Amino acid sequence: MEDTGLGLWGVPLAIIGGAIRVSTPFIFVSLGETITERSGRINLGLEGTLVLGAMTAYAVAATTGSTWLGVLAAMFVGSIFGIVHGWICKFPKVNDIAIGIAMMQFGLGLAFFLGKPFIQPIAPKLPSIPLGAWSDTPQVEAALNINVLFFIGAALALVLFWAFRHTRIGLILRVVGDSTDAARAMGIQPDFVRLVATAIGGSLAAIGGAYLSLYYPGSWNEGISSGQGLMAIALVIFARWNPVGCFLAALLFGGAGALGPALQSVGVTQGYYLFYAAPYVLTLIILIMTSSPNRPLIGAPGALSLTKL
Amino acid sequence: MGFAASAVPGFMASSALAQAELAVGFIYVGPKDDYGYNQAHAEGAAVVKALPGVTVIEEENVAETVDVQKSMESMINLDGAALLFPTSFGYFDPHVLATAAKNPDTLFRHCGGLWQEGKHPANTGSYFGYIHQGQFLNGVAAGHASKTKKIGFVAAKPIPQVLQNVNAFLLGARSVDPSITCQVIFTGEWSLAVKEAEATNALVDQGADVITCHVDSPKVVVETAAGRGAFVCGYHANQSPLAPEKYLTGAEWAWGNVYSNFVKSAQNGEKLGNFVRGGLKDGFVKMSPLGTAVTEPARKQFETTFTEIMTGKFSVFQGPLKDNKGNEVVGASQAFAEDAIELESMAYLVEGVVGSTS
Repeated sequence: MEDTGLGLWGVPLAIIGGAIRVSTPFIFVSLGETITERSGRINLGLEGTLVLGAMTAYAVAATTGSTWLGVLAAMFVGSIFGIVHGWICKFPKVNDIAIGIAMMQFGLGLAFFLGKPFIQPIAPKLPSIPLGAWSDTPQVEAALNINVLFFIGAALALVLFWAFRHTRIGLILRVVGDSTDAARAMGIQPDFVRLVATAIGGSLAAIGGAYLSLYYPGSWNEGISSGQGLMAIALVIFARWNPVGCFLAALLFGGAGALGPALQSVGVTQGYYLFYAAPYVLTLIILIMTSSPNRPLIGAPGALSLTKL
Repeated sequence: MGFAASAVPGFMASSALAQAELAVGFIYVGPKDDYGYNQAHAEGAAVVKALPGVTVIEEENVAETVDVQKSMESMINLDGAALLFPTSFGYFDPHVLATAAKNPDTLFRHCGGLWQEGKHPANTGSYFGYIHQGQFLNGVAAGHASKTKKIGFVAAKPIPQVLQNVNAFLLGARSVDPSITCQVIFTGEWSLAVKEAEATNALVDQGADVITCHVDSPKVVVETAAGRGAFVCGYHANQSPLAPEKYLTGAEWAWGNVYSNFVKSAQNGEKLGNFVRGGLKDGFVKMSPLGTAVTEPARKQFETTFTEIMTGKFSVFQGPLKDNKGNEVVGASQAFAEDAIELESMAYLVEGVVGSTS
């Protein structure tokens, strides 16, 4: 082993570094989806919103030179997409899952169409905080060079966790999500709450997209997302609609995803296709272990169409 | 429609007009400005577009599914295309073969496939280039630039064309310093942005200080590697604008020459080759201009090797050569010429490459 490399220490470092680098889109999409699903709607279209957000952020950042303007623009576009979803779904007998899939395809198509001229230009990158400056090992420094959006995502998870329990808005959201009739009886308009919840969900998912195009891997092209938006929706169920759970699940997924390349880099080269399946195998195992045939999913909002099927 | 002939000096417009208008179709699997595989083909199509008497039809983001059959059918039936270039590897079998059997008057030339006489329709054919020669030259530049004596390769899938490139990159570097090793990471897919970035980071973490790749769009690898302070060698197209200070050189396709030859033959009513191959000297492959980070000794050795390859007598794979499991793959007195058919079925990584084909 060369003294320049980290050897086997590279594996845990890659998992930690990978968890931080790769998890941010998962964090934002799953937090957004948690808000939407807690209100009793499911928005499967967030993959489209993610990619559209990635394109918008990149295009605006490349044109104006300001990455934060790019993030804001992405949030705006994402919330518009959420509002469209929420508005269509308020009509009777409209299935939110089907609308979500339609919105996903629409978002992808729109992003590819409008994003064509922005594949070649180079946009500035989002700033990161060099938390590894204390280390004289460049690998540790690089792994701990953490993007600000990661911290915002972590803080958001904690705030949401608290707000769902202890604020009036959080309680309204949960009432609407658990029982449409109870909410109506209380004088709350469920459709309006769900519209707002889907809009916020969309804007958060678009931030996840902005992270992809403006930080890591930091480029816009049509293959920028490899299904992160869809995986993040699965993460919400996996995390049982708990924001802190979403954050931890996102970290787990990021770390597991880094395992394949890291193992190959230290010479464990056989069977890499198997290592690449690690995040999915992990999900299956945990879902099976925590499921029960005798009771419904813990934490599932009662009005969610997912639980009524 | 405006004839491009006036834009090409030295061409007589009258002779151009005398020729029948030839409609040529190009189909790409991804975006045609991806800094990679598809851009290289689209640049070739742009050269064809400038030829007199040619109409070019292009379609991008066509999946390697029945979609490409529909695209080809519509180019043939609606646009009157007489010559088609479906450029992605996975288009050939069964899609090109099926469409070609239904349209015997249309010519199909596919990039990378192994066309076989008798087995495949006569109106189909394949073309490809010995781009591993370019990766060998990348290796020469990398061998001089590497201080850690460890170089890295982000590869998509362990198919012969990729393995040739990985091996050639290492052999080029070893022609500078035989102690150099090359770490390869397979991502398993042609285009997976996040995994490619992770693979690049993992290589740099393990001390690799020159990185190259064989994925559809090298943009992410080039930017990530340069961001970590490593040197990069390009692939498919010229990526130097993405990392001007870290870009050493790159192995690029020169499809413009290949496509122009096909189109000119078709215009003159000549028979098009069914199995067309070529390397640096045939103008199928070219190198990016050397970057500012390339030192004088590196430039000298690069140029010497380049000249040698241009004679057509240089063998990248010459014995004695072992694979990285210790088996002899090229005998001591053996050397594969650039057009050796054995190379197109390569299934091993040579000694010095750290990695595995499965």
